[in-house]
Amino acid sequence: MFLQHVVNGIVIGGIYAMVALGYSMVYGVLQIVNWAHADVLMFGTFIGMLLTTVCGMPVVAMVIFAAFLTAILGMSVERLAYRPIKSSNRRMAVLVSALGMSTFLQNLAQLVFGSTTKPFSTIEKVTYKIDGISFSNMQIIILSITAIMLIILYLLVYKSKMGIAMRACSVSISNAKLMGVNTNAIISITFGVGAFMAGIAGICIGTYYSAVYPTMGYLLGMKAFAAAILGGIGSITGAVAGGFVIGIIESLGAGYISSGYRDAYAFIVMIIILVIRPSGIMGAKHIDKV
Amino acid sequence: MSRWKSRFEKINFTYKQKKIMKIVALILLLVFPYLITSTYILHIVISCFMYACLTLSLNLIIGWSGQFSLGHVCFYGMGAYITTLLTKFAGINFFIAMGIGVIFTAGFSALLCFPTLKLRGDYIAVVTLGFGEVFRLFLINAVDITRGPAGIPAIPKPILFGLEISGKTMFYYFSFLLLVVFVVFMSRFNNSGFGMSMLTVNEDDIAATSLGINPKKYKLVAFMIGGGMAAMIGSFYSVYMGMIAPTSFAYAESIKVVSMVVLGGLGSIPGAILGAFLLTALPEFLRTFSQYRMVLFGAAMVIMMIFKPDGIWSRKNRTKNEYKIKAMRGVTYGENSRSKECNNKFWWSYCSR
Repeated sequence: MFLQHVVNGIVIGGIYAMVALGYSMVYGVLQIVNWAHADVLMFGTFIGMLLTTVCGMPVVAMVIFAAFLTAILGMSVERLAYRPIKSSNRRMAVLVSALGMSTFLQNLAQLVFGSTTKPFSTIEKVTYKIDGISFSNMQIIILSITAIMLIILYLLVYKSKMGIAMRACSVSISNAKLMGVNTNAIISITFGVGAFMAGIAGICIGTYYSAVYPTMGYLLGMKAFAAAILGGIGSITGAVAGGFVIGIIESLGAGYISSGYRDAYAFIVMIIILVIRPSGIMGAKHIDKV
Repeated sequence: MSRWKSRFEKINFTYKQKKIMKIVALILLLVFPYLITSTYILHIVISCFMYACLTLSLNLIIGWSGQFSLGHVCFYGMGAYITTLLTKFAGINFFIAMGIGVIFTAGFSALLCFPTLKLRGDYIAVVTLGFGEVFRLFLINAVDITRGPAGIPAIPKPILFGLEISGKTMFYYFSFLLLVVFVVFMSRFNNSGFGMSMLTVNEDDIAATSLGINPKKYKLVAFMIGGGMAAMIGSFYSVYMGMIAPTSFAYAESIKVVSMVVLGGLGSIPGAILGAFLLTALPEFLRTFSQYRMVLFGAAMVIMMIFKPDGIWSRKNRTKNEYKIKAMRGVTYGENSRSKECNNKFWWSYCSR
């Protein structure tokens, strides 16, 4: 039974890791929490659902196309709600604007798609059983998608020229600008990459539970943010590790303690981490200056 | 923009005129329930007062001490539930139960504040939001205490010296009294030394530390007072509505109050009241657009932050030492400081020194 919970936790944790990466990368570059990230994810899932049901696209093409559309949405969110304020150097204003954007997107989805839960299925579910641990083909596919995405992201950030520019921006935006980096483009691309991952994660979780609804992003996003904090915000390996840890803890907690508090474990873990070690497991210590 | 502002500042009332206006407004508000007999409008006004109080309490946390709390509904709901449980099942008088609820919630909010003291804005938002969510899950799952998602119906009306407070008119006066108490408290607090230190912490807590102000103390106290005030409004809400359920204390409610604070003006008492009245009354009168309400709130928050990040009626920053200027001009304190012979050019020539 224990291993069963761990397997379920790893699958969910992979999705959390993909969402957490979006939070962590944006925080790394701009030092702001992208509150609209979760709602961009929700929109991505709806786009995926519409592409399957209305346009009848094949699964692989649907996932890629929907993720690209989500990336465009993420970049336009940055353009509309963050860039005009970024220069004014007021943290509170950015935070409020991000929150406003999140409220706007969530309620726009409710207005356009209706607030009911919609089914979303793409592939036939087949369940296998080995040594009493059951797992479905869906779980295997989600895990492999997670692995592929993480490898692509690793190559993008650590092996490409754009990745170097991204990391330079996360050290210091003004210095990166002096070195000839087009910082605005890099910030935009960071949002786009985060939204791309979020779109894929949203489609994964939408098909996993076969449920798409306008408020699905809120809890998922907050748990993913908890994962990003647990791993140390701004750190990519930390976000991935945090995602898996949160997924496994949640699954075990729901199985052994109480399933009613399923959504609370991630927050409790996050609060404990913030008390003990605010910089997270792998985060670097950050010193504030005037 | 600047031309607007200067035109706006030209409307100056004397101290006497201001006092007369205040008294007239007070009398109008006191006889209001006898002028308007429609219970529907009275209900809207009562909820406006309630949200104004709630906005003031959140404004203390966000606007004055600079901690972006998104879990305010947690304090509000805690006050409502504690008061209800004490009055309905333990049979304690409402006002005593309210006091207990306020003290307990203030203690709890101090507890909540501890993990966030070391952190910066965004983290505080996430932690408080997480606490709000855990609290809501507790309300739903702890069926033995809170009766779960069904909520608690038929809450007894409060009794003060043998007089039962029931009916819209009585509740109007009750909510009005609460608002007046809150406004007086906030304006006294705002101008006290403690409030000034809190503003310094808000501007920059590291710089405040260098001035010998301990930021943790002020953040903690802001959370405690704000939480306690919210609990008071929560218990008012429970007796006014007559029933409470976890759905009234969800995340969307927090966002609503936050948008009131932000649109009205951070750290400003008139701004908080204005924001609450606008965002409570407008959706009621524009019922046909009710489904667009939250979409518009969200869009308004973004647009407001881009064009006027201080809100509609923002706090006036003390950029000049008024006492010093008055002394230089030979005007003693208490007189009308902007008399006719003092033209604008003269005024600014002193300010720039």
